[in-house]
Amino acid sequence: MGLLSKKDAALITDPLADNNPITIQVLGICSALAITAELEAAIVMSVSVLFVLAIGNVVISLMRNIIPSKIRIIVQLIVVAALVIIVDQVLKAFAYELSKTLSVFVGLIITNCIIMGRFEAFALANKPWRSFLDGIGNALGYGVILIIVAFFRELLGAGTLLGIPVLGDPIEKTGLYALGYENNGFMIMPPMALIVVGIIIWVQRSRNKALIED
Amino acid sequence: MEKRTDKNSYTILFAIAMVIVVGGLLAFTASALRPKIDNNERLEKQQNILYAMGVNENEGNSAIFVSTKKAPELFKQYIKKQLVIEGDKVSEDDNAYLIDVKKQQTSAKAGNVRKLPLFVGEKDGQTFYIAPIRGKGLWDAVWAYIAMDENMVVQGAYFDHKGETAGLGANIKQRFFMDDFIGEHLKSNGSFKGINISKSNNDPKNEDKTDNEVDAIAGATITGDGVAAMIKSELKQYVPYFENLKKN
Repeated sequence: MGLLSKKDAALITDPLADNNPITIQVLGICSALAITAELEAAIVMSVSVLFVLAIGNVVISLMRNIIPSKIRIIVQLIVVAALVIIVDQVLKAFAYELSKTLSVFVGLIITNCIIMGRFEAFALANKPWRSFLDGIGNALGYGVILIIVAFFRELLGAGTLLGIPVLGDPIEKTGLYALGYENNGFMIMPPMALIVVGIIIWVQRSRNKALIED
Repeated sequence: MEKRTDKNSYTILFAIAMVIVVGGLLAFTASALRPKIDNNERLEKQQNILYAMGVNENEGNSAIFVSTKKAPELFKQYIKKQLVIEGDKVSEDDNAYLIDVKKQQTSAKAGNVRKLPLFVGEKDGQTFYIAPIRGKGLWDAVWAYIAMDENMVVQGAYFDHKGETAGLGANIKQRFFMDDFIGEHLKSNGSFKGINISKSNNDPKNEDKTDNEVDAIAGATITGDGVAAMIKSELKQYVPYFENLKKN
């Protein structure tokens, strides 16, 4: 990449695969279970986290030399909560429809451990530009997993993608359902998200043995 | 040597400054945006009420409101009367749609007479009675606008929620769920029964409109139960009004 140095580019590409926040760092599992029953929600959540993590990382990085270490976690929490609430209020005033779609996720974003995890592990020790890239990279890595999980859960659980029926009509018995196929209702339950994430972790580690811990 | 930022005095000063800055920022944003947010909420109520009585721009399977620009005008055009029911007393109030159902529920619990808003709309010669109701889902509040005819047969419904699970409970605001209520009877053999959200009604296409049941959403049992409980307890309060309507 011409735009970024090799080291900077790695900040974006690493979290997409070998240092993925969900499958390797095991952060943000809770929201991966909660909102992956349909693809649309997963995409909205990924974009929101991208935004909050990138900006939050920059803010924390700018403050890194003045934050007292004893209360740094509280300071991080306040920064992310204030950011999310301000964005929510602004959306409510200027893009009301959008804010209604997002308001469900506000609480989930504040408590998302990826955000606190990256503040603590990266932004507190790095310059703003690198923290910004780290935020983008980790949010993308989080989003990729979320979208993969949601894709399978929505497809197998409800027979739709982004709310559009792709396998036929389960009540009228058309398309695949005419052949006796049934939606797997279990797929839309939270435990199946954990199992799908587990399968992704398994696939990833069997392709790259270096990732296996002793 | 101890770092400057590790000192207790510094930590306390930092905490105080942080609280003042962040608190001030949040208070400023909230109060500066308040009028705009209030206006948006008012328009949304009008859109919801109109949606329930079938004044909407639905396309395919998605529920689409009339635009916020047109909402106030259409609201005037279709809503003929806004009523406030307090016990036996029924009065007209052009701002009845601004009555906060949640506050009224709390004040009723404290022993006060509850103000029940009811909107009377007319479309294509048909009269709709639209009631705003509110209850509890799995995580947070759920609410609805139910349009009925004078026999308490549902003519339209709009459901919404604050924080139900995306993909599961949140689907109560999808048309496949809301449209099931249209034509459904709230009464059974003359007495009020409500509408149950059932997992075992063997009627997924919802052809039986007098069974007081609609099909549940898989994976959203508690949200569904909450919706059913809300319909039962809230719409029941409107029964005396409809009975008086018949007598006159």
